[in-house]
Amino acid sequence: MQVISKPKKLLRMKIHEYQAKEILRAFGVPVPESKIAFSVKEAEEAATEIGLPVVVKAQIHAGGRGKGGGVKFAPTAQDVTQYANDILGMTLVTHQTGPEGKLVKKVLIEAASNIDRELYAGIVFDRASSKVTFMVSTEGGMEIEKVAEETPEKIVKVAVDPAVGLQAFQARQMAFALHLSGDALKNGVKFFLALYKAYMGTDASLFEINPLVVTKEGDVIALDAKANFDDNALYRHKDILALRDLDEEEPMEIEAGRSGLNYIKLDGNIGCMVNGAGLAMGTMDIIKLTGGEPANFLDVGGAASAETVEKGFRIILSDQNVKAVLINIFGGIVRCDRVAKGVIEAIKNIDTQVPIVVRLQGTNAEEGKKLLEASGMNIIAATELRDAAEKVVSTLKIIKA
Amino acid sequence: MSVLVDKNTKLVVQGITGSEGAYHTQQMLEYGTNVVAGVTPGKGGQLFMDKIPIYNTMRGAVEKTGANASVIFVPPAFAADAIMEAAEAGVALVICITEGIPSLDMLEVHEYLKKYPKTRLIGPNCPGVITPGEAKIGIMPGFIHKPGTVGIISRSGTLTYEAVHQLVEAGFGQSTAIGIGGDPIIGTRHIDAVKLLNEDPKTEAIVLIGEIGGSDEETAAAYIAKNVDKPVVAFIAGQTAPPGKRMGHAGAIIAGGKGTAEEKMKALEAAGIHVVKSPADIGKKLKEVLG
Repeated sequence: MQVISKPKKLLRMKIHEYQAKEILRAFGVPVPESKIAFSVKEAEEAATEIGLPVVVKAQIHAGGRGKGGGVKFAPTAQDVTQYANDILGMTLVTHQTGPEGKLVKKVLIEAASNIDRELYAGIVFDRASSKVTFMVSTEGGMEIEKVAEETPEKIVKVAVDPAVGLQAFQARQMAFALHLSGDALKNGVKFFLALYKAYMGTDASLFEINPLVVTKEGDVIALDAKANFDDNALYRHKDILALRDLDEEEPMEIEAGRSGLNYIKLDGNIGCMVNGAGLAMGTMDIIKLTGGEPANFLDVGGAASAETVEKGFRIILSDQNVKAVLINIFGGIVRCDRVAKGVIEAIKNIDTQVPIVVRLQGTNAEEGKKLLEASGMNIIAATELRDAAEKVVSTLKIIKA
Repeated sequence: MSVLVDKNTKLVVQGITGSEGAYHTQQMLEYGTNVVAGVTPGKGGQLFMDKIPIYNTMRGAVEKTGANASVIFVPPAFAADAIMEAAEAGVALVICITEGIPSLDMLEVHEYLKKYPKTRLIGPNCPGVITPGEAKIGIMPGFIHKPGTVGIISRSGTLTYEAVHQLVEAGFGQSTAIGIGGDPIIGTRHIDAVKLLNEDPKTEAIVLIGEIGGSDEETAAAYIAKNVDKPVVAFIAGQTAPPGKRMGHAGAIIAGGKGTAEEKMKALEAAGIHVVKSPADIGKKLKEVLG
């Protein structure tokens, strides 16, 4: 939708484990003692301060770090030095990073826990019931999606009544479902109540504590923590917004966000620029159905001015795979003649040989088409969606031939 | 007949003096919508365009004008409050255009509205509702629509315009087009809108436009299979969307392998719905189905 949207901050806000743990700690959720380190020296100092043994953990925005060699148990000072050396600067590849991996720039030095059991706890917003919902499972350390698929009976769900929040009896339900007893039972109940406060207090959209561990001493602590937040609520959480790590995001997606554009890079070679998220997805779909591969999702929103169109072009063309561009605008509030002017200006300023198909429909579409024709530029005009998709895909076939 | 809005709808615009509210109020008036009042706290007593009275509160507006519907154009930080104020004032229909309302705010709204069962919320983050030739409440371009007998339900804005355009090209007008919104928490879901259009004697066929994320399309499909004899044509956007990425709309995300276009299309097909793969085939398919 194009109306009353603030300057867009569509940044799918994620944070690092160490940041998530700082937030949890502030809300009284037990986490192991830990310190962040950006160098081997800092790692060594942190280990001395915390006391051995420690765990050295790579901090990137992706799961599966242990399997990729990014989490190491360090019983001695020499181990700390060696592992910090190995992990800092390594390119960590996990099932969530893609084959290119992610460069590790910081490690968390954390006190090792005396683990008795590994469990799982998560909080999500359940769309079907419109309720904040806890999910707990005895299957700690595993991917919850896998547990849900293979042994769904091992996941216990507790939905929170929005009018009164999480109740103590619900926290007990979860603690008993996890077979906690004695001190661990009491600590588990406290843990869930504090975790709920942290979720609501930060406008989170996902918390995942995997594993949630019970120590031999009966403590219940978050050994790992993943937190995502509601982008729409970040305006009232400046402290969380400040935790954004640009190193972990796609550079062109950041660039697009600064211009109020919503861009997501894909693997194909046909760039597209569309107004509206639904139509943008539909345009990607029809490109694929016509035999092409979309190179991106790009919603220019309602303010498709000359500047935003030019910015959009530059972002699309910065992807070296792009061999043709389809612009699909259905004018509502946006006037097609203005978009046409924007396209003409943009092409003048950007020296590109890539074929461009422009489809204008809706408000002032005729005026827009006339402007494009009169410009004398090498723009392929289309009227209907199917026609536009066929034209842009066929330009690639011509290039190939 | 039509659903939700018609020429008898008496509309209040919440946020009428803001730039979006003012612009779209003019557009709605030009279309012939019966705008009876505006609300902007602190500007009560003034007139909008020298003719429409502005009130400080929704209660005031409803008491003085007998308004039965409201449309909301206030910024996201204040929109949840505006929805609740409208419900408390007793309007039967609240259409919230605003995009970007925090989920926890909508959670409160969702809970609050249970106390007001006579109030229906459409949106937020939606283009609004139009009954062509009678009333346009929202931001859609009125001129592309034609009065007729096809009802439209959609989570998207411009994709709805695309569908309307194709229907008109294929010779079909619309009874009512309902933009239900692209957020995870919305007042009226696919299933609710399907019920409305199914019960409307003027609506002969339904076009349902969904997108990735959530399971509302599947829920609607199950209802349609049991209860709806009118032909339904459907399109799901996002067949090529990658998992884990939010595709513009807050609600358009494939999470944990759930909410894919493929799943939704399967469920819809199993319910006897005419599912098109291409967004360009919506009008064509309807013509085939209706003959």
